[in-house]
Amino acid sequence: MTVAPTSRPRLWRLARISFDPVRNRPVLLYPEGAVLLNETGKAILELCDGTRTVAEIARELGDRYRADVLADVTEYLDRLAERELVLEA
Amino acid sequence: MTTRHPTTLLAEVTHRCPLHCPYCSNPIELMRAEAELGTADWLRVFTQARELGVLQLGLSGGEPLVRQDLEAMVAHAHGLGLYQTLVTSGLGLTRVRAERLKAAGLEHVQISFQDVDPATAERIAGVRSVPQKRAAAALVRELGFAFSVNVVLHRANLDRVGEIIDMAAELGADRLELANTQYYGWALRNRAALLPSREQVERARRVAEERMARYRGTMQIVYVLPDYHETYPKPCYGGWGNFYILVAPDGRALPCHGATEIARLSFPNVRDHDLRWIWEASPGFNAFRGDGWMKDPCRSCPRKAVDFGGCRCQAFALTGDAAATDPVCVLSPHRDLIDRAVAAADASVDGAGEYEYRAIGKEPQRA
Repeated sequence: MTVAPTSRPRLWRLARISFDPVRNRPVLLYPEGAVLLNETGKAILELCDGTRTVAEIARELGDRYRADVLADVTEYLDRLAERELVLEA
Repeated sequence: MTTRHPTTLLAEVTHRCPLHCPYCSNPIELMRAEAELGTADWLRVFTQARELGVLQLGLSGGEPLVRQDLEAMVAHAHGLGLYQTLVTSGLGLTRVRAERLKAAGLEHVQISFQDVDPATAERIAGVRSVPQKRAAAALVRELGFAFSVNVVLHRANLDRVGEIIDMAAELGADRLELANTQYYGWALRNRAALLPSREQVERARRVAEERMARYRGTMQIVYVLPDYHETYPKPCYGGWGNFYILVAPDGRALPCHGATEIARLSFPNVRDHDLRWIWEASPGFNAFRGDGWMKDPCRSCPRKAVDFGGCRCQAFALTGDAAATDPVCVLSPHRDLIDRAVAAADASVDGAGEYEYRAIGKEPQRA
C-alpha cells in the first residue's frame, strides 16, 4: 500500500505489540521478526485499527502532542507498510 | 567491545528426523538421542535467553516433534514472553499434539515442503511425506496458528518456483520462505547435484518477482538469494555474534549453523556455562565480532559495514581460512572457486545428479 491521509491502516494480522522488560521498551513481534518501538511508534500503531484514517490518527496524536504530525505519521507507516507489517484495511 | 542484545535463539532440540534431505543444515556428524539436552536444561536456556534480550525462539531440529517434552518447552517459553516458531517437517504433527501446542502458547508453525511435484519431493526427502505435510498444513490453518511454508530451492525444483508459490497460497500460508540452498555441510557435499545454472536462477528470479507482486498483501514471500550467483556476499546472520544464538541438541552454543566446521574454534556448552557468559565473553562468540579480524580486501572496503565480509563458515569451507573474504565476493581473490562451481552447473545436463542423503551415524547412502 502507499500510505495516504485517507488510508485506513491496520497492523498485519500476525503482528502484535508487546513490551520487553530487558530493553525497557515496546516491541512489535511477528513471525521471524521484531521491531523495537518507541512510545510514539507504539501510540501510532495502537491507533491502526483499520477504521481510523491516517489523517484521523495524526489528528488524535497531534492533539496529544500539540503539534502537526501528519508528515511524521505518514512516513512512519510508509516504512512499516513497505515491510508488509501495516496493511490497508 | 560492547555487545548488543541477541534477538533470536534457535533451539535445535534434536537431530533425529524422518526426512533425509541432502541439503540439511545440520552438521555432517549428527547426534543420537542419548546426547540430547534434557527438558530442565532447555527450560533454563530459554530463561537465560529471555534475560539476555532474546525475543524470538525457533524450535527446530532435526524434527522437533520427536521430543515428547516439546509442549513443556513451549509452555515455559510462552510464560517468558518469547514469540515461538515451530520449524517442522509436519511429520508427527497429530491433532492431539497440535492442540496441546496451541494451548501451551505456540504462535507460529513453519512447515517444510520439498517440491510441488510429489515424486521429486519424495526423492529429495528420501521418504514419502507429501500427504502428511498437507494434512499438517490443514491442521495448522484450522487451529489458527500463524503459518509459514518453507521450501529450499535447488537445481531439481527451481524451474517450478511459480507453481511452488501457488501451492503455498493454496495451502493458506501467511508467509512463504523460498530459500535458495546455502552450501555448507550436507549441501556442500551435494553441491554438484544441487547447484542450479545461471539461466535457471535468472528465470526463477523473474517468476518469483512477478508472484511476489501478485500475492502482496495476502502472503508474504521471503526470497533468500542464491549467493553463488550474486556479486557480493550475504550479511550472514547480521554479523557474527550480533543477533543470533544457536544451541545444538547436545547443548553446544554457536553463532550460526556452520560454525562447528571452523576447526580452530571451540564453542561452549550450556551445560557448563551461563548463556550470558557465552554471549558476552566466550572466545567462540567473540572470534569475528567487529572488524578487527578482517584482512584486505575487506579491511579497507566500505562494504564491510554492509555485509561484514560475508560468511566466515563459507570462507573457511572453501579457502581453509575463516578470516578470509567470503569467496562469493567479486573482490575476493578466491572468487574463481565460485565461478568454477557455477560454470560446472551451467555445463551439467543431467539435472538430477546423485544425492548423498543425510543420515545419523550411518555410512552416507547414495540414491
